[in-house]
Amino acid sequence: MEQGFRKGQGKCPQLLDLIRNHGDWRGKEKRVVKNGVEVEEEEEEEEEEEEEEKLELRLGPPGKEEYWVAERKEKREEPSLLSLSKVAKSNGSIPCFGSKRGFLQDFQQQQQQQQSHERKGSGPPTAHASASASGKAAGANNSSQRRTAAAPIVGWPPVRSFRKNLASTSKPCVESQNRRSENESEKKGLFVKINMDGIPIGRKVDLKAYDSYEKLSQAVDELFRDLLAAQSDPLATGTAEVKEKQVITGLLDGSGEYTLVYEDEEGDRMLVGDVPWNMFVSTVKRLRVLRTSDLSASFLRKVSRKRAANEC
Amino acid sequence: MREEASEMSEDEEAGGAKERWAPDLGGGGEGGGSAVPFSDRVLEIVLENVLQFLTSRRDRNAASLVCRSWYRAEAQTRRDLFIGNCYAVAPRRATERFRGVRSIVLKGKPRFADFSLVPYGWGAHFSSWLFAMAPVYPWLERICLKRMTIADDDLSRIAHSFPLFKDLTLICCDGFSTVGLAIIADKCRHLRVLDLIEDYLEDEDDDEVVDWISRFPETTTSLESLVFDCVAGAFNFEALEALVARSPGLRRLRVNHHVTLEQLRRLMARAPQLTHLGTGAFRSGSVGAEAELDLTSSFAASKSLVCLSGFREVEPEYLPAIYLVCANLTSLNFSFANLTAEELKPVIQHCRNLRTFWVLDTVGDEGLLAVSQACRDLRELRVFPLDATEDSEGSVSDIGLQAISEGCRKLQSILYFCQQMTNAAVIAMSKNCPDLVVFRLCIMGRHRPDRITGEPMDEGFGAIVMNCKKLTRLSVSGLLTDKALAYIGKYGKLVRTLSVAFAGNSDLGLRYVLEGCSGLQKLEIRDSPFSDSALLCGVHHYYNMRFLWMNSCKLSMRGCKDVAERLPNLIVEVITDGTTNDAEEVERLYMYRSLEGPRNDAPPFVKIL
Repeated sequence: MEQGFRKGQGKCPQLLDLIRNHGDWRGKEKRVVKNGVEVEEEEEEEEEEEEEEKLELRLGPPGKEEYWVAERKEKREEPSLLSLSKVAKSNGSIPCFGSKRGFLQDFQQQQQQQQSHERKGSGPPTAHASASASGKAAGANNSSQRRTAAAPIVGWPPVRSFRKNLASTSKPCVESQNRRSENESEKKGLFVKINMDGIPIGRKVDLKAYDSYEKLSQAVDELFRDLLAAQSDPLATGTAEVKEKQVITGLLDGSGEYTLVYEDEEGDRMLVGDVPWNMFVSTVKRLRVLRTSDLSASFLRKVSRKRAANEC
Repeated sequence: MREEASEMSEDEEAGGAKERWAPDLGGGGEGGGSAVPFSDRVLEIVLENVLQFLTSRRDRNAASLVCRSWYRAEAQTRRDLFIGNCYAVAPRRATERFRGVRSIVLKGKPRFADFSLVPYGWGAHFSSWLFAMAPVYPWLERICLKRMTIADDDLSRIAHSFPLFKDLTLICCDGFSTVGLAIIADKCRHLRVLDLIEDYLEDEDDDEVVDWISRFPETTTSLESLVFDCVAGAFNFEALEALVARSPGLRRLRVNHHVTLEQLRRLMARAPQLTHLGTGAFRSGSVGAEAELDLTSSFAASKSLVCLSGFREVEPEYLPAIYLVCANLTSLNFSFANLTAEELKPVIQHCRNLRTFWVLDTVGDEGLLAVSQACRDLRELRVFPLDATEDSEGSVSDIGLQAISEGCRKLQSILYFCQQMTNAAVIAMSKNCPDLVVFRLCIMGRHRPDRITGEPMDEGFGAIVMNCKKLTRLSVSGLLTDKALAYIGKYGKLVRTLSVAFAGNSDLGLRYVLEGCSGLQKLEIRDSPFSDSALLCGVHHYYNMRFLWMNSCKLSMRGCKDVAERLPNLIVEVITDGTTNDAEEVERLYMYRSLEGPRNDAPPFVKIL
């Protein structure tokens, strides 16, 4: 689905973007030339270009595309956000992605690594994973493969051992949990992640706590209102009086500044509110609150058509 | 928390030179009586009477350098001995110079030992110090150890050697068990303080654990502080209750997680005069809601409470009971309490006078926003990660930091674990909080850049050293180039403690720091690309430092030997952990000045060059 991919969404986008960049380079390059300055805007434009790129006619043999992409990737990494290559290039002794070996071969390897990184959800790879590995040119292959294993580092993050595993030990003890489950009916909450545009930290909502879209919309508003206010007007925190916080409305009908969308099991993005509530609860995997202006017109049109069809 | 033992962290004190690097003038002990003319001796006695008003060790170090007479007088009158590195000086040398010591503070292992980077058995054994002190300090009242190994035998020896013993404080120590604690409880009849803070007790089987609480004498005790939240073993609760009842001077009590709310209520009833309370588990041990009512009245009766901690297995429905004391609290430690922002906010909003706040990152950015609005007087904030792994979700970010900087303008010390950060937020804090003395930011993902701009975090940390003129302690993280270290070298003239991890591009980075930070005393570096040539850049300064620690950098034996040869009074320890096959490579380096030469208790995995 075409959605504007917010720049400020944290570290993951950088990795994800590289994977999705298969056919994007031509389009991106044009844009860079047009705008001149906005090298950093790459991520946003790429997403939107993706759909159109796939339909474009291209010259040259099929295999060449990947070669060319890999080459672009090399150049791209100069100002890139990938910390490893930045460190590597100025250091010189640490092998970086794609140097010295065939571009195609390396690109595929890179792609695999990044995909496994994405799956594992680990942070940007580091050449310093183990001191013995870094700095050895012979180990170039090994060190990049070692990165995919994402070996845990000793003593990092620097917390003392009794502060580890707090998530399990600080929960109420088993006896009291059993006691509670006797008193209350067995209720397992259905927690889904919800992210809002421009806010780096996602939240979780328990869908079992609501029985209608209106209640969910209200909850989302309450959840993010504070954070949104803090971000949009930092000076608000300085005043003693509670600042009039803007209520987030129109999440469901596209009338507000933000719109609530969800991702189902197949990963498709849908507008919230189309299907009956119970069906929604059974298929939803994740929620997002996106700026209405970022949703492409075609998407909204398609959705409203579907809506109209349902209502008839 | 440790506000009481402020000497343990020297961030507050300016200067902080310990046993000053001075030639041994000798004559401290033996020159006392016969060799000195009578008239001079009179002057010395006068001087001693004056000098005993000097308490700051920095002042005393300065006074001792004036002349021999002052040296002797100062040595006679120093009551509080502080040894920042137990291997910098031999016990005998210290006991021969200072004859009238009543209290000793000793620090042992380097701080990175807390993160499993120093193998077990490395050293810092208290026993050699105890053997030297027991015969010559019969009036010793206080022992305070940090990161040292102390055995049950040592505890027994303390109990038997010092009849006036009053204060045992052990921080991040190991090697002892409840057996030793029982002996202390039993034999030290004048004990006022028994503070066990973040220690690692020896593992004991269930039937080996000694109920040391029951060993305190049956009579009224002079206990003022009893802190044992790190002692995992169970104990007889009735014995504790009775002990508290017969300790009218008790002001600080921090119990371990075995204590339930019902038991806590009983303790509080026995000691309404408490000022510092560690609440144990903070969960109910029984079914039923009647505990809640009583808890509220317990807190209502504890009018002197200023510090709360514990909450190890907190049940949030009982939190409202503490609202009554929140307004008086200056210190609140929720760093073991897995509470959501919604559960924390009501508490925070009551704590208008809070100066110290420790919390888990479950507080979230919005919880920190609440802190910034309610706790205007906040001086120290620590945000710990619930899930201390690199790729965890992370619930706080630059937004929380920005909010804190805007609301808590008097902030002096911050420790902040997060996954995402921006230069803008750090720069904002540097401008909004000019009183910052300690800035420790840990972006848990290694080499992570600015969340929004994608740039390194150089500018943020640069602003901190530039704008925070009182900064003495700094920990850096995130994606950092040599530029960040250049800023630190250029502007961080007062920085005494610096922690660097996964930072820098080249030797220049370390060089900037070693050549620029003229006040540097403690430097810890890990996983950064600094090699032998950078190490050599600090040769002019290493004698002024307490220690240098480097692990997983690019050092070799040759470079370290070079430094060792140039600086004969510098002990250069190379610690191997068996993972590298290359004998030339130095995985862990620990260097410190010493008057004694290589220590004789080094284990096989330590090589002293």
